[in-house]
Formats: sequence, C-alpha cells, structure tokens
Amino acid sequence: MEIVNLTLYELRQKIRDGELSVCEVLEALGERIAATDSTVGAYLDYNIERALSEARNVDLSLPLGGLPIAIKDNINVKGELCTCASKILTGYRAPYDATAIARLKSAGAIPFGRLNMDEFAMGSSTENSAYQLTRNPWDPSRIPGGSSGGSAASVAARSAFAALGSDTGGSIRQPAAHCGCVGLKPSYGRVSRYGLVAFASSLDQIGPLARSVRDCALLLSVIAGHDPADSTSLDAPVPDYTANLREDLRGIRLGIPKEYFSEGIDSHVRSCIETALQHCKELGAEIVEISLPHTPYAISTYYIIAPAEASANLARFDGVRYGYRTANPADISELYFNTRAEGFGSEVKRRIILGTYVLSSGYYDAYYLRAQKVRTLIRRDFEQAFQSVDAIVCPTSPEPAFPIGERTSDPLKMYLSDIFTISANLAGICAISVPCGFAQINGKKLPVGLQFLCNFLEEQKLLSIANAYEVTTPWSRQSPPI
Amino acid sequence: MKKKEEYVATIGLEVHVQLKTRTKMFCGCAVEFGAEPNTNVCPVCLGLPGSLPVMNEEALRLTALAGLMFGCEIGPVCKFDRKNYFYPDMPKNYQISQYDMPFCLGGEVPLHTLAYPKDAQKAIANPGKKVRLVRIHLEEDVAKSFHLENASGIDFNRAGTPLLEIVSRPDIETPEEAFAYLTVLQQVMVYGGVSDADMEKGQMRCDVNVSVRRVGDEGLGTKVELKNLNSISGVRRALAYEIRRQIEVLCGGGRLEQETRRWDDAQGETVLMRTKESAHDYRYFPDPDLMPVKTERFVAEARGRMPELPWAKRERFVKQYGVSEYDAGVLADDLALAAYFERAAAGSKKPKAVANWLLNDVLSALSSAGKGIGDCPVSPEGLLELVDTIESGVISGRQGKEVFAEMFATGKRASQIIEEKGLKQLSDVGALEVLCEQVIRDNPGPVADYRAGKAAAINFLKGQVMKLSKGKANPSVVSEILEKKLAG
Repeated sequence: MEIVNLTLYELRQKIRDGELSVCEVLEALGERIAATDSTVGAYLDYNIERALSEARNVDLSLPLGGLPIAIKDNINVKGELCTCASKILTGYRAPYDATAIARLKSAGAIPFGRLNMDEFAMGSSTENSAYQLTRNPWDPSRIPGGSSGGSAASVAARSAFAALGSDTGGSIRQPAAHCGCVGLKPSYGRVSRYGLVAFASSLDQIGPLARSVRDCALLLSVIAGHDPADSTSLDAPVPDYTANLREDLRGIRLGIPKEYFSEGIDSHVRSCIETALQHCKELGAEIVEISLPHTPYAISTYYIIAPAEASANLARFDGVRYGYRTANPADISELYFNTRAEGFGSEVKRRIILGTYVLSSGYYDAYYLRAQKVRTLIRRDFEQAFQSVDAIVCPTSPEPAFPIGERTSDPLKMYLSDIFTISANLAGICAISVPCGFAQINGKKLPVGLQFLCNFLEEQKLLSIANAYEVTTPWSRQSPPI
Repeated sequence: MKKKEEYVATIGLEVHVQLKTRTKMFCGCAVEFGAEPNTNVCPVCLGLPGSLPVMNEEALRLTALAGLMFGCEIGPVCKFDRKNYFYPDMPKNYQISQYDMPFCLGGEVPLHTLAYPKDAQKAIANPGKKVRLVRIHLEEDVAKSFHLENASGIDFNRAGTPLLEIVSRPDIETPEEAFAYLTVLQQVMVYGGVSDADMEKGQMRCDVNVSVRRVGDEGLGTKVELKNLNSISGVRRALAYEIRRQIEVLCGGGRLEQETRRWDDAQGETVLMRTKESAHDYRYFPDPDLMPVKTERFVAEARGRMPELPWAKRERFVKQYGVSEYDAGVLADDLALAAYFERAAAGSKKPKAVANWLLNDVLSALSSAGKGIGDCPVSPEGLLELVDTIESGVISGRQGKEVFAEMFATGKRASQIIEEKGLKQLSDVGALEVLCEQVIRDNPGPVADYRAGKAAAINFLKGQVMKLSKGKANPSVVSEILEKKLAG
C-alpha cells in the first residue's frame, strides 16, 4: 500500500513499529503534493525541508510523534505566514502559536503547510481566496467546498494525512462531505480558539479533517481541553476519544429531523442518505423522526449573528500596525478607507456591511437582539431532541459539489447550501461528516457526506456512532482519480 | 439685557481612573508608568489576529471596592460589550467596555468642607452636599499617540490598562463643587488602594460638560464639553472661565452652540475645538469572547478590603485622640499623613500635642524641604519620642524646636541630640532649690515686691534662676520651688 494512502492511525503504527521512518513519510508526502497540487491548489505554501529537519528531533513515542499535519491559513503557527487567504494580511507572520498548534507540537506533530480557504473563512466554496482556486480532487471542474476547502481537498487528494480546519457554519463538515473525507466540528469551547483568527467568535471552532473517524478522534484528544487564554474554552476533562470506538449501533436511537427532509435535497444525495439510514438500521440503530421546529430561521439567524461579530473582529485590519497598507494615504481616514477597500474581497466586505447594519442603533433590536433570541430557541430545539435520541442524522449538504463559478454571483444561493450545518454552530453542539457514497454526475463520482450531530460535549458518543458507520462501509477508503 | 446673577450652571463630570493593578485588564502585561514605548505589549493588547482577552480578577475586585466605597448598587451579573469606532490608538478598533450592564449603578460622593479649594471653604453654598453618580463601569484604556514632526507614533504600553469610568449626575453647580468632587474622588481612590489617581501621570482624567440656564428655567442650557483638563485646579479655572463666557454670550443676546472646547491653562481660556459632532453610533454589542461576570465573589472579596473612609476617619480622630475637627480633617485628608499620625499618636499620652507638632512643625519643615510625608526624615516613632520628652519636661518647648530641626536635618533620634548638646533640662528639685535660694538671697528688692502682692515680680526671679542654670532649669519646677519658698 502506498504511504500516502495510509490513515494517520496506520501511519503512526508503522512509524512506531519501525516499518516506516518519518523521513520516508515526509518525502512521500512531498512527492504527492508536487504531483497533485498544481491541479488541486490546496496549499498556499508548505515546507518539506524544514519538516525533515524538525523530524530529526521528534520523540516518536509521543501521541502524534513525527506525524505531519497541514493547517488552515487562519490558525497562527509561530514564524509562518498567516493570511486567512486575504490580501489584507499579505506578508503577515504569526508571532505566536495558536493553542491548538502548541498542543499538536508538544504531542510530536509537525505542522508543515498552510492550506487555502475562503477569505477569513467566509464562503462555502474556497472561491473567495485572494490567492488561488482550490479544485475538488474528484472533479477538478468543481469546488472543494469551503471555507476549509484546502484542508478537505488535501486530505482527499492524499496530499495530507490530516489537517486542521475551522468551522463557523459548516466550514469543516461541508468541504469534508464534498471531498469525501471525515470532518469534525467539536462542541463550542471544546478546543481553544486562542490563535484562530476570529470570524464569528461565538460560532468558531477549530476541528480536524482526516480520512477516518479514528484519526479525527486521535487529533481531537490532543487539541481539546481547557485553555486559560480562551475565556470561552471549557474546563471539562478530555477523554481518550480513540478508546472504545464501537462498530455497531445496537441500542442507539438516531433522530431524523422532519424539517430537513422536506425539499431541496438533490436526488443523488437523497438516495445516498436513504441507503445510509438503512445501513444504520442494519447496524442495530433505531431510527425515529424528530422535529427541530426553528430550522427555517437558522440561516437568517446565522447571517445576522456571524456578520455582526465579524464586523467588529475584522475592524483591526486597518493598515496601521500590520498587514497590507494602501500607498500614500493623504490622512488617517484615507488610510482606513483605501486599505480596507483594497485589502478585503467582496464577500468579506458584504458581510462587514451586513454586520455593521444589523448592529446600528435603530436596527439592533430588530436584527441582532431578535437573532439572539431565535438562537436560544434553536438551542432548545436540540436540547429537546436529545432527550429522546442519542444522535441526529442528516445530509451534510443538500447537494454534491457544484461547478466552479456557478454560484459566485448568487451569494444567497451559496448561503442556502449551509442549511444542514449552521444549526450545530448556533446551538454549540458537536457534529461530524462522514462519506456515505457518491453521486454520479457527468461520468464523475462526487462524494456525498452523512452528518451526525450529538449533544454538547458528547464528542465521545458522536465519534463512536460515526466510527460504527464508517468502518462498516467502504466510502472513506475510496481515493479520487487524481 | 439680562443680568449675570440670573444664571446658574449645571456641570456633569466623566472621570476615568486607571486601576492600580500589576497587570493589564485582559492580558498579563505589566502596568507601568514611564516604561520605554511598546515594551509592555503582547498579542492581546496589540490586538493581533487570533488573540483573545482574559479578565483580570484584581480589576474586578477593585471595581467592586470602588462601588462599595461610594455606596453604589452592584447587580448579580455584569457584562462586557464592544464599543466600535476607528482610531489609531485603538488596537482592535473596538474598545472592550460596559454598556447596559455596568458593574456599579448609582452611589454618591459627599463633598466635605476641606475638599473645597482653601479660599472657598469659608463660603460653601451647600454644606454637606452629596453628588449622585450615574454609574461606574470598567473598560480598557487605549494606547497613546505621539505626533512628531513628520510622523506619528503610537505607544501601546497604556493600551489595555484597566480603567474605571465614573459618571456623575449633573448635580454640580459651581467650579468649587467640581473641585471638591474631584478631590474626594481622588482621596477615596487612594484610600481604597484602587488607584494612585495622579492626574499628572494621567491616572485620573476628566471630561466636563457644562451649561448655564436662567434661574427658574426648566430645561438645561446648551451643553459644552471641555477637554485637556490636567489638574483639579485646572478644572476649577476652566469652569469658572467657561461659565462666565457662556453667561456673557447669553447676556449679550447671543446663542450658544453645542461644541467641544479645549482649555488652554497658560492663556486661561477655553478655545473652540469642534462644533456639533454628528452623534457617534458605537454599535455596542456583548463581547462574545468574554462570559458575563458573576459579581458576588468579587464584592465579597472587596468587602474584606473596605478601608475606613476619610469621613469616618475624621470622626474617629476627634473621638479617639481629642484633636480638633479641623485638625482631624487635615490629617484624614491625606492617607499617608493620617497613617503617620496614628503611628505617632498611638503610643502617646498627649496625642493632641503630637497632632500640633505634626501639622505645624513637621508639615512646614517638609514643605520648605520640598518633601512629602512619605519621605519625612523624622519617623513617627521619632516624633513621638520628641513630643514625650517635651511633655514630660525633660526639655523645654523651645529646646524641642531646636532638637526637631536637628532631627529633620540629620535623621538622628531626639535622645541622641539632647545628649550630644547637653540639652537635658535640670528638673532635680534638690539642685534647683540651691539655685532658687541663692537668687532669693541676691535679690531682696523683687522678693519684697512679690511678697507685697506684685505677682509679676516672680518672673524676674525665675529668669535669674534660668540664667544661673544656663537655661537648663525646668521652668515649671523652678516656678513651683520659688512660689513655695516665697510663700514661706
């Protein structure tokens, strides 16, 4: 078996057993990136040479000893560029490690490359990067999803074993679904946000993308946990998420939200999901219909709260202290106006304007305050649902990856494709996307993702259920044709 | 033409006070005045991408303490909000502040007589006045901009320093009341260890709103905001000028504009900075990076640190030490002076005498040496020893002054100086009787005068004894002996 096809877990075993050296692994990875990335465009940059030199000192007995991990470009890695795929952070180097990165490093992992994304994580297709397009490894004419498109595409293309992404409204799960890998969004507060460049502070979470549920569990065990530098991180014990991952679903009750299956789901996706549900039943699960009555309001709620927070979070990018600065401003207002006009892309500007609007006096109560109230109702929907089911199951995205350029002029249509992922962020619960088959379109196989959602801090149960599905189906071990 | 007397002023103050914490409000950087620019900075207080704020609990305790000292209401929960506006001294272009759920609500600041300017203490319009507060909230300070010839620089050392904003109701009506209000605020901050509140160091800053209206008018007049007020007396001067200016404009039939004026202390006038600013929309919203604060624990901890407040200390000094109300006021006005007094007075049988020495001799020596009580060369114990030595008759009051001057100059103890100079008073009755007998013998004239009822003649005899003893005789012992002998 080719090295690059191994899962992170298998790779670790082979390194520990002495079957593979970290150097061999890194060289194979470097070759794979060189062979695929001119097509895929997942990496903004990577450095195998330096990874090799770091590998010499690494302690292989550590939980992630010698394992290379690729990082989304909105997570600070000390000394590396950190641009959020935005022109406004051109040349900005991170002066410190994000807590998640510090934890990866002390577990022996080697962050070696920066992955493309939608600018400031705003988007569902990675088309909003200021630097390059990332293509879906299963069909390079299509988007990889977003905003963690580089993360999903690299893992799928076998040009990364695993990656970190961030998920504000589906930005890990949706690209994982489109690229055929596993993507986990932990509960809000499970992983420290310190060092993740904020998009929407009350929704953002860092999480892993990998080729198996077990790999995601392995990474989560390392990056999760309380961080005194993040007041919103939770002081709850971190179990070994790789222990006791089950392979059946006996005694598990899965809920299907009736609101999610009403309309607008692509027929290929629908048939994959139906087959997957049948499979879950065969594994012993009981499947019941549930209701999440406030689902229709989720997208509007999200598109008020997230831009509101973003409008403040992105105010610091002003050309005064770091990053891009406009040439020869006449005065301070011109410095602000021109730097931001030239430095931000149109989707980022759209959301800053939206956020500024909904927070303005006279509109605050009608938009922001009301959205917060609806958010509470959405959270209660889930609390209610989890009283009778262990997990909720649904598609990750209503459709497979769409062609590049198809939605760029229709932001609303782009927003609507986040329908199944957004609620988990609003409710703060954990969710995972696992591959569940393919849609055959124009002779191309396009991956479809199945999403499981569990209650707040129930990552262990979530991973266990997803693992049972994943290891008893063939989908996660399919390689794209590239 | 209206008369000046028909107008009354309405003054509201917004005071910012830097808290006396070791570290900043949301990060671990040191709070330090006068450090090299941009040395006390980190990703958090520079607002670098990905950084997050973490609350300084000491700042929360000090805020609770400030609230308790002014009798504010403190709700069970307060929260932090983002105040959005662009300015180069704001690293994030939003300030973490408190909007609709501040830490403290209400409260009041009592204006006592000694807090007024010295020249105004005799004619206080509203003795015992209390100025009501709207609120006290906690926020982060911004950085400091410097304008050089061809460029501007920003020092982020100050950015993120914990800052209290204390907003008064428009209860203040005269520049003297504003002076007293600020003096009390400053005093209480120092008393509680909440802030050093030094205006020169920018640890206490204030913005003033002032308007005038005709007596009897219902609504308030047009409000003018004053900036660049760098001392409490400057606030008084600026207000006096501005109130006069506004009244003159109105008396002359003119109209006032809502504007911001800058106080020029050297010229002694306020100068127009800008008119009618378009109302700023700060787009406050709860900071999602910080959880709401449950205040109970901080209030409980602050309660344990409640100091005796200046007004309570004043009363106690009168009762406990028998000092006059005025002296008690002067002593209690300055926490360091009060502490010095208590250390000296605690061991003394005559605390009143200690107070006299402290308020007269010690303070005048300090002021001519340009020193504060904190670096007084005479310790409280040293002063106590001196006063006791005088009170028990070992040396005279006049000698005491000499000894004190020496103590102040050299730092030596009183006993050592008395020893070295041979100043000890002669109080030995036996030895003094010999001298007195000699003087009675040598001066039959005055003795006869005294016996004939001319009581003042005894002073001459006393003087002769002093002369014979080379000034060392204890005058009160000498009087006693002479009186006894002349009566016999």
